[in-house]
Amino acid sequence: MREPFIQFKNVFKSFGENHVLRGTELSIYKGEITTIIGKSGGGKSVLLKHIIGLLEQDSGTIMFEGRPISDMKKAERKALKRKCSYMFQGTALFDSLTIFENIALPLKETTRLSDSEIDRRVKDKMDQLDLNDIDEKYPSQLSGGMKKRVALARALVTDPETVLFDEPTTGLDPIRKKSVHEMISNYQQKFGFTGVVVSHDIPDIFHISQRVAMLDEGRILFEGSPEKLAQSSDPAVKEFIQGLYAGNDTCIQPDKKVDK
Amino acid sequence: MKKKTIETSVGIFFLLGLICVGYLTIKLGKMELLSDNSYMVKAKFKSVSGLKQGSQIEMAGVKIGAIDSISLDKDDKALVKMKIKKDIVLTDDVIASIKTSGLIGDKYISISPGGSDIILKSGDTITETESAIDIEELISKYIFGKV
Amino acid sequence: MSQISVLINPITALGKWIIFIVQEMGRIAIFFLKSFCLMFSRPFQIKKIFQQIHFIGAKSIFVICLTGAFTGMVLGLQGYYTLVKFGSAGFLGAVVALSLIRELGPVLAAIMVTGRAGSAMAAEVGIMRISEEIDALDTMDINPLRFLISPKLAAALISMPLLTALFDVVGIIGGYVSGSVLLGLSGGIYFTRIETSVEMTDVSGGFIKSFVFAAVIVTICCFQGYYTHTRKEGFGAKGVSLSTTSAVVMSCVTILITDYVLTSFLL
Repeated sequence: MREPFIQFKNVFKSFGENHVLRGTELSIYKGEITTIIGKSGGGKSVLLKHIIGLLEQDSGTIMFEGRPISDMKKAERKALKRKCSYMFQGTALFDSLTIFENIALPLKETTRLSDSEIDRRVKDKMDQLDLNDIDEKYPSQLSGGMKKRVALARALVTDPETVLFDEPTTGLDPIRKKSVHEMISNYQQKFGFTGVVVSHDIPDIFHISQRVAMLDEGRILFEGSPEKLAQSSDPAVKEFIQGLYAGNDTCIQPDKKVDK
Repeated sequence: MKKKTIETSVGIFFLLGLICVGYLTIKLGKMELLSDNSYMVKAKFKSVSGLKQGSQIEMAGVKIGAIDSISLDKDDKALVKMKIKKDIVLTDDVIASIKTSGLIGDKYISISPGGSDIILKSGDTITETESAIDIEELISKYIFGKV
Repeated sequence: MSQISVLINPITALGKWIIFIVQEMGRIAIFFLKSFCLMFSRPFQIKKIFQQIHFIGAKSIFVICLTGAFTGMVLGLQGYYTLVKFGSAGFLGAVVALSLIRELGPVLAAIMVTGRAGSAMAAEVGIMRISEEIDALDTMDINPLRFLISPKLAAALISMPLLTALFDVVGIIGGYVSGSVLLGLSGGIYFTRIETSVEMTDVSGGFIKSFVFAAVIVTICCFQGYYTHTRKEGFGAKGVSLSTTSAVVMSCVTILITDYVLTSFLL
């Protein structure tokens, strides 16, 4: 068995009376894109936030490259944060900074790159994501979909090893959705990064992910390849998948998966 | 354009603020920017009650310096250190007396000129001093007829 | 629920409350110390500090001048009629200048800055918290305290003494206007009295106060905003509004309390 890159072991997390994670077990492997699906408000974002250390579990362990995150020293956590990027569901762009400054921020604050190099990298990412001529605009002047792409550009600008995407495509039109998916998958092929995606875009998201995990009631109901998910006999999994296709007879077609 | 307005307004703010700070510290707080425009002279008094650090020193009604510090000497007398302007020449037989401006006004030191040839240097002591006139004592003496 | 438990065991409730207060104080102290130390971490954030000076200092000039002038004028008016009874209207300058420089200047300037800049800081930081911008900074390995709070703290420490000095001087001029121009006291006496009565210790005491108040305002207002998400009474926009309110109230109360403590130390 391969050594998991990130591993959740029996993780519990509650906010007051609200028990969000109840013994979650999940393994994420290096170089793969893992998609987490599940009902809204089911704790998917909470799960992601645990990986990067924004939240701390009540009990259980989360391992990162075989080391528990809670045991890490300050410097190790810093290194972890440098390696990871997080794309927020609500974009979390800085309203007081322009789009260019927003994307350049992680480079400016955490690296010693020259201004021209930063400029080049930011422009590069903006081109790739079809974000032209908005450098000097502010986030509040953009549409929701554009903000999403700016947030994506900011997450990717540091060329991180691991990217955690919290609903990267929600609110995008189908064409842009496809291009974001393509971009994630291209990136993975090019740089071999590890991706964890929270998404509702079934089945599109399965085409780019190697593993799917379904979170329900604070536990992982299913963990495995997208093909296996379609064949799953678990009634809750079936209900969820079918619920998404209510009124739409086509089932998931694993053979449509993009060839790597 | 936007950056320029920030710079201008911060500049105006600094200018205004520093002028005010300067007025408060130099003019009102009597901060000595150049410390070498005065010299120090000491004097011992029997009582300096009412005299404060920073009180004026006058000669013929003209301000010639200020009190630097007041402390109690070994022989239980008040030791007053005075800062006198450099261009004022004092001889060793001047008399320093504590006076009051008005009936209940501030105390200050008045120096009456002497006639000696020996000029006081920085750190020297004025030997002849007069302490404050105690108005209460005077009034009681007058009332009880002991004058 | 909680009301019943208060009835059943008031001592437990009191103990919990005291523990909460102590912890809150500790958190505020740590918050301040961290932001203060991060002010000196390289590279210095000069540009951001200047933007904050623009916001805290330069934009407060008008309101400080206005309140300063009227405070000085009312002091001149009140002081004149009180002193005239004792036949010592000549002391008006001393009364106005000393009360402004020692007390009213630092305190009122601090309260005006709290109302103008402190509330905005609490709201700004609070909104950044609820829109996950602070979490985003954290995930980018940018220290949110260094990035957000330290420039504000530095700017306030630079701006407050200048604003206080401005308040003092405008107030003294206000006192001159009401005392001399309106009530006919000689202007020369007014200003001579000020010069003879004000000591360096008064001026420096006022500045010490203004530094402390600057730290109090930024720490409390930003602290309230920064921990908006931990409020139990309200989330989201409601939480931000509650944070802003409690930031202003707490900061004003703390200014007055620290003023008393500082005065008793400085006198």
